[in-house]
Amino acid sequence: MTSASFEVEVPRYAHVGNVTQLRVALSEWTKLHSLRSTRWSLFVAVVLTIGFSALFAAITSSHWGSMRPHERLDRHPIDIAQAGINVSQLAIVVLGVLVITGEYTTGMIRASMTAVPKRLPVLWAKLGVFAVVTFVLMLPTVLAAFFVSQAIVSKHAPLKLAFSHAGVARAVIGGAVYLVLIGMFAMALGAIIRNTAGGIAAFVGLFFVVPPLLNVLPTSWQNAINPYIPNSAFRSIFQLTHGSHSLSPAGGLAVSLGYTAFAIAIAAILLVRRDT
Amino acid sequence: MIEAAGLTKVYGDTRAVDGLTFAVRPGIVTGFLGPNGAGKSTTMRLVLGLDAPSAGDVTVNGKHYREHRSPMHEVGALLEARSVHTGRSAYYHLLALAETHGISKSRVNDLIDLVGLHQVARKRAGSFSLGMGQRLGIATALLGDPATLLLDEPANGLDPEGILWMRNLLKSLAAEGRTVFVSSHLMSEMALTADHLIVIGRGHLIADTSVNDLVQRASKKLVHVRSPQAARLRELVAADGVVVSSIEPGFLEIGGLTAEEIGETAARNGIVIHELTPQQASLEEAFMQMTSDEVEFKAATHPSSDAKEAA
Repeated sequence: MTSASFEVEVPRYAHVGNVTQLRVALSEWTKLHSLRSTRWSLFVAVVLTIGFSALFAAITSSHWGSMRPHERLDRHPIDIAQAGINVSQLAIVVLGVLVITGEYTTGMIRASMTAVPKRLPVLWAKLGVFAVVTFVLMLPTVLAAFFVSQAIVSKHAPLKLAFSHAGVARAVIGGAVYLVLIGMFAMALGAIIRNTAGGIAAFVGLFFVVPPLLNVLPTSWQNAINPYIPNSAFRSIFQLTHGSHSLSPAGGLAVSLGYTAFAIAIAAILLVRRDT
Repeated sequence: MIEAAGLTKVYGDTRAVDGLTFAVRPGIVTGFLGPNGAGKSTTMRLVLGLDAPSAGDVTVNGKHYREHRSPMHEVGALLEARSVHTGRSAYYHLLALAETHGISKSRVNDLIDLVGLHQVARKRAGSFSLGMGQRLGIATALLGDPATLLLDEPANGLDPEGILWMRNLLKSLAAEGRTVFVSSHLMSEMALTADHLIVIGRGHLIADTSVNDLVQRASKKLVHVRSPQAARLRELVAADGVVVSSIEPGFLEIGGLTAEEIGETAARNGIVIHELTPQQASLEEAFMQMTSDEVEFKAATHPSSDAKEAA
């Protein structure tokens, strides 16, 4: 830099376009993949989903010979195949919250909202890019978790489960849908609360603290309420079978979509109304 | 062109910006001056629509900022508070913002070169010094080749070379016909950079004037005189409206007369003059004077402010 010279030539640029939803989506994709925390969260989610299913499969398989009959009856191959989801969901939820709260804690949100002052396209783009990336990554992951766990346990006949068996494909793919939806729900919470710790705490409270609280209610109340609380409704999406006190996969999906849409609607209203 | 009319922002009990009306014209550098907490940053956030005004209105190039279809082409902004994700590299920060307007990668690289960040463009912005952060902010502001620039304390954290570079940059941008609106709490810096000044204190407009006018207005019109016959000269110039003080033998500070008048009086009376210097109040003093009632965080022991509060 030759600072002594008076002239500082700023190159002109004639190709500035209008802000479009597609361009904002491309921008959000760049934001997502250019952060180490994002790449790590997704990598961890993939590894945990497959790793824990394989681990539980290996433990079950090696103990199978010493298990009592009723104990064996309790082991269902779909639970083994989906064990990893219970762990990796935390990585997805944290990522969902971080995608939005990371901008508030660093101040990036001011740059984002200055570039896109109508604001809502940023929220739609974040949700869309997150949903596509998570689904594209987690679909092969849940499939891998299923086939890896089956490769380990299928030598024991009762643990053998064909992918073509009724409902199995739906339950396995449902696992990926579940991860996408709780991630989007978590992102909406992050957008409402605008703070990483607060967003994660709100999610944990809704999903993991509310269910045990219900246990103190009368059983008839529990049976009426329990299927519809967020944790149960979202989990119904990837259940192979369901009882009389839980929602069907389609019902669970519908209620979960309702929760997610509601949270997103609040986030959208607040995003437009609040000062940044 | 930025036009504010009765612009007001209230946070709880605080009127951060209180009925500001001003216009920032293209082709010149307009300085936005005020002590810390005067409401400069809030005003800039209101211009950009980051905060909604409690009352009044502000438009950029004839429209609310939010209504522009290509906002970064209308306004390039550098905000005082950091607006960069600390975990992202400078290159990807700029690219992500560029992509919202379909701006190319080569434009991003051009601006990285322009602000001198090419060596650190791939490093996390969180590791940047304040000065590097300011340069990244300038690159962000210039991405969309904007007609209007809104820069909040751009000289913050820059080394002397960087400050000179910034000054030249602002003047070049204005010379190209752009509207350049720069805030600062340093009058001395603005005196060198700006053509026009908007001065605020506690959210109120204090002055909207050219730099030259402000200097004229602030001048105390004092003349320093050194003479071995000081006592005699003092008697000769004494008149209504003339104030003479002396802090040491042979030295006079004369108010109410020009240097020419004093020199001619001395010559007519054969008085030897060793020094005859008209004094201009510094812009810094003028600024302090103008804003002394409007400073939010005043040192409690400041004698003049104590006197004012006692009165």
